[in-house]
Amino acid sequence: MTHKPDYTAAELLAILSARQLKDGMVVFAGVGIPLLAATLAQRLHCPGLTILFEGGVVGAFVEPGKLPPSTNDQRCTARANMVLGSADVLLLLQRGYVDIGFMGGAQIDQYGNLNSSFIGDANHPAVRLPGTGGGNDIASLANMIVAMKHEKRRFVENVDFITSPGWMHGKDTRRQSGLPFGGMFRVVTDLAVFGFDENTHRIKPLALNLGVTREQVQDNTGFKLDFDSDVGLTEPPTDRELSVLRMLDPLRLYIG
Amino acid sequence: MPRLDATHRHEPTQVNQVKPYEKLRRDLAQRDRSLREKVVTLDDVASFVRDGDLVGIGGSTMSRTPMALIWSLIRAGKKKLTCSRSITSSDGDLLFASGACEHIITSWFSQGILWGVSKVMRHHVESGKARFEEWSHLAMGMRLRAGAMGVPFMPIRTMLGSDVLKQRPEAKEMECPFTGERLLLVPALNPDVALIHVQRCDAYGNAQIDGLQFVDIDLAMAANKVILSTERIVSNDQIRRVPDQTKIPFFTVDAIVEVPFGCAPHECYGVYEPMIRHMEYYVGLVNKDPIAGMRDYLDRFVYGPKSWAEFLDLIGIEEVLAAARLGNSIYDA
Repeated sequence: MTHKPDYTAAELLAILSARQLKDGMVVFAGVGIPLLAATLAQRLHCPGLTILFEGGVVGAFVEPGKLPPSTNDQRCTARANMVLGSADVLLLLQRGYVDIGFMGGAQIDQYGNLNSSFIGDANHPAVRLPGTGGGNDIASLANMIVAMKHEKRRFVENVDFITSPGWMHGKDTRRQSGLPFGGMFRVVTDLAVFGFDENTHRIKPLALNLGVTREQVQDNTGFKLDFDSDVGLTEPPTDRELSVLRMLDPLRLYIG
Repeated sequence: MPRLDATHRHEPTQVNQVKPYEKLRRDLAQRDRSLREKVVTLDDVASFVRDGDLVGIGGSTMSRTPMALIWSLIRAGKKKLTCSRSITSSDGDLLFASGACEHIITSWFSQGILWGVSKVMRHHVESGKARFEEWSHLAMGMRLRAGAMGVPFMPIRTMLGSDVLKQRPEAKEMECPFTGERLLLVPALNPDVALIHVQRCDAYGNAQIDGLQFVDIDLAMAANKVILSTERIVSNDQIRRVPDQTKIPFFTVDAIVEVPFGCAPHECYGVYEPMIRHMEYYVGLVNKDPIAGMRDYLDRFVYGPKSWAEFLDLIGIEEVLAAARLGNSIYDA
């Protein structure tokens, strides 16, 4: 990298993942970067984006500087269209009303399975993590975007525990597990944007972020990546994207 | 109609064993569902809960947590409770560390997303002192819905294929008799007691909930006993003026305690936001040392105060008022 960028890794994550959303979509967003990125998209290119939160919120319009500490807080309901019970908002996913599920991730593997439950053996864990929350439900039912920091310990060949299913063991195994819809669509990291091979359903780099090399991505990944010859480059954050993002999170709660 | 006395006639729930319909109906038939005043004090609450009960906790994460009710059960020295909650926050730390509860059924358990992984939860679960039984958020909700509907299970389309399901032999996969599709059946959850905090209710228990209701309506219907804490007890006339706001009918309710700021340091929709400064103090204290830090916190903030008002005093009037100002501001948006 020739110069230090004037944005943080979390800002880059929020902006790149916001760009994945299209106007008119219904998106089910988790707390943190997903909530922030969905709200950013709503303020930029997706004024007609409908945001759902697992606390039971339909059509959220989070206020700048009043980011909620979770997706179950009253701040999530500011200017929303509707509030529902939490099982009922999750049932909208099951019925098929949600275009995109959007989450963060603690640990991901080559098939986009996410682990937020255990490090080590589930029956005698080295670390007990907080668990699925709505993650398993969202990932079981919707097309998914995941935004996460790219570190070798977080990008592993096979997760210790499948909390939220991606493409399971590749190919048709997700469908065979009883999950005929949804699946991993994009993984956005501070190094690159990834998609999944149509047939094998293995993760593959689509575009590298500014100043990032293939070697750097490979070195920070715990398994061998296959780079297509036509891997692209992502556009760096624009001044407008950064200024709107910083207006939304002036306390830098989520953007670091 | 038979009177309910505070000593309980029904047997405690074998955790995760679905209650046969006969028993569910018999237990309910024994409850005093007459139109009567049910107001008790916070100190009386413990007499409605037995050691070993399955206790369903309302609200989610830091929202509408029935904290004063949990606080009073801990102070009364309750033991071997199993607790369920959609998403568990510092309430779970307190329940584990005080020894009141050794088993929490939930979809997520930490103090809050802002503070990483709860060292208190980790200490108790990793050492095997306590169990954290994980279900998906939808599964938690649908287990209570089945309980509320008086049916033994609900079919869902999540958890399938995951390792979350492998840990849960209580859930059963089935082939749909109509379509041949694969479904997951999650067992009904019918808690012995539900603890629910609301913004207002009358002395009979007609309860109004503003904002996010989470799973609390199903929880009230599913439980064999409901204890409400409320910001305010209002007249029945006031309830009848806006019946569409009433979410829990009086005949499901067994006891009512008026506790202003009864969710502190968590939030109550439209009344106060979380008391973040206190939460940060708490998290700093207990995540530095989950044993000594928790002992210190419990001594000073749970066992120490003479009353809930004295606990609020320890949080500090400035922080309580700031949280109230923010809580009310949701109506300005």
